[in-house]
Amino acid sequence: MGKTIAEKIIGNHAGYEVCAGEIALCSIDLVMMHDANGPLAVRAFREMGGENVFDPEKVVVVFDHCTPPSNEKLSNIHAFLRSFVKEQNIHFYEGGRGVCHQLVAESGWASPGSLIVGSDSHTCTYGACGTLSTGLGATDIATALLTGKLWFKVPKTLRVNLKGLLPSMCDAKDIILYTIGTLGADGCNYASVEFYGEYLEHCTEANRLTITNMVVEMGAKCGFTCHSKLGVQADPDAEYFKTVEIDLTTLEPVIAKPHTVDNMCFIREVEGIPIQQAVLGSCTNGRYEDLEQAAMILKGHHIDPGVRLLVYPASETVLRRAAASGILIDLIDAGATICTPSCGVCVGTLGGVPADGENVISTTNRNFKGRMGNNKAKIYLASPQTVAASALAGRIADPRELIV
Amino acid sequence: MGVSGNAIVYGDNISTDLIYPGRYTYILLTKEQMAEHALEDLDPGFKDKDAHGCILVAGINFGCGSAREQAVKCLKEKGIRAIIAKSISRIYYRNCINEGLLPITCPEAVDEIRDGDKIEIDVDNGLVMVRNQKFCFPQYPAYVRNILDCGGLIASVRQELKQQNGGKDNASD
Repeated sequence: MGKTIAEKIIGNHAGYEVCAGEIALCSIDLVMMHDANGPLAVRAFREMGGENVFDPEKVVVVFDHCTPPSNEKLSNIHAFLRSFVKEQNIHFYEGGRGVCHQLVAESGWASPGSLIVGSDSHTCTYGACGTLSTGLGATDIATALLTGKLWFKVPKTLRVNLKGLLPSMCDAKDIILYTIGTLGADGCNYASVEFYGEYLEHCTEANRLTITNMVVEMGAKCGFTCHSKLGVQADPDAEYFKTVEIDLTTLEPVIAKPHTVDNMCFIREVEGIPIQQAVLGSCTNGRYEDLEQAAMILKGHHIDPGVRLLVYPASETVLRRAAASGILIDLIDAGATICTPSCGVCVGTLGGVPADGENVISTTNRNFKGRMGNNKAKIYLASPQTVAASALAGRIADPRELIV
Repeated sequence: MGVSGNAIVYGDNISTDLIYPGRYTYILLTKEQMAEHALEDLDPGFKDKDAHGCILVAGINFGCGSAREQAVKCLKEKGIRAIIAKSISRIYYRNCINEGLLPITCPEAVDEIRDGDKIEIDVDNGLVMVRNQKFCFPQYPAYVRNILDCGGLIASVRQELKQQNGGKDNASD
């Protein structure tokens, strides 16, 4: 029997062949933690009797959830983690360098076949790089910091065949939102997902990262966007518990309505709903290519006066590239506010908290009630193209219908 | 191992944002302080409920979203003994095990349970008993059961390290 990618990577890190359903103790290649869940992990590490991390070269701390801090409590949390970084001599990204997932992907840590755990649920993002990566809670992270090992149940795997290529003004975000909407928010619980199809040969790495970033929103442990150049491949006779096909050629821009990510519909069904805030960026859609897609729509126009457009590049590298190419100016000219490369807006911890009753359209990955810091606001999730078109219109708008 | 308690019933897709809002995750609070914010954005009245010894019952996808472990700690500290749901999100399920809070996936039982019902759980035999009916749930693998029996992952790691260390416990409490 052939192996899925998850079976291969877990087997390689357990030291023996494994099959879906087994429990395996695995060595960890990188432990990533951020300023949100990192402090709790450090506390658990101490409670376990931890003095030194298992390997300082294999631990990285990123400040991205609350930066720059808006009050002394947050500053003190940062100071606490900085002292741990110094004491343990581990890798560190200070606030403003970017969102943890983008930094790990950019840095080259996420190599094909490696196993990475992170204190953030969207750690599954590096599947686009061929890495088995998954999010864990603070106590698991503490155990990984201390021992360099963790137990995993080998996941069964879902196969998604993407048929054909995307129509114009559709995006990788539409593919993953449509997939989650079709399978349901717990449709892939505990499982791995492997995506296949011609589209993945042609699209950008940014597109692939958008897809794997959101597999957790259907419950998945990890996900892989498989293409011929990916450094790890499933065997041709690998076993899948289910195979679904999605026809990209007939796909339209979609949106996830409040308050669940699988509450998906076509844009045309909700067109015209007024919006007060638009968010472009995050670990889902904050890469250069995403900003570029939005800038192409926004260039030479100005957003509706009733809308705030907040832009969160995924990293300093993305920000620099956008500055160098000129698209940053296009965004600013269109009325956008450029914010620190960070994640606070998505999770309601720093900046961009909507008012009661407001509607937000966002390229981020969650629209749960209260997610952006106000449980009386509504969040709609969509592609960079749709968010840009909607910011111009002041209402939810189909990017295909732009009269510019 | 047996657990019994009265049911507190909620619906589908209860995210960790609703169980423990993001605005409190950036301050290192004590478990007691975490309990005060439990379910704050879902059920503001939960704060004043005596949930001690109760069993939380929910629909599909309980605990979806952020990996924040406070979302388990706050319920455990509030006195919740077990969670029975139609489905439990992966990271939340694992965090429950790591905190020693019983996570049980049993959709048939959830359909039967009403708020306030007396529920009995037989962990060894994988049974939920309510209204004179029995419902099966999959038993925990030995590795996971050991973590639960230890009361959580911290205790189980300490036990393991102590064994490797020839009986000496590094932790100072």
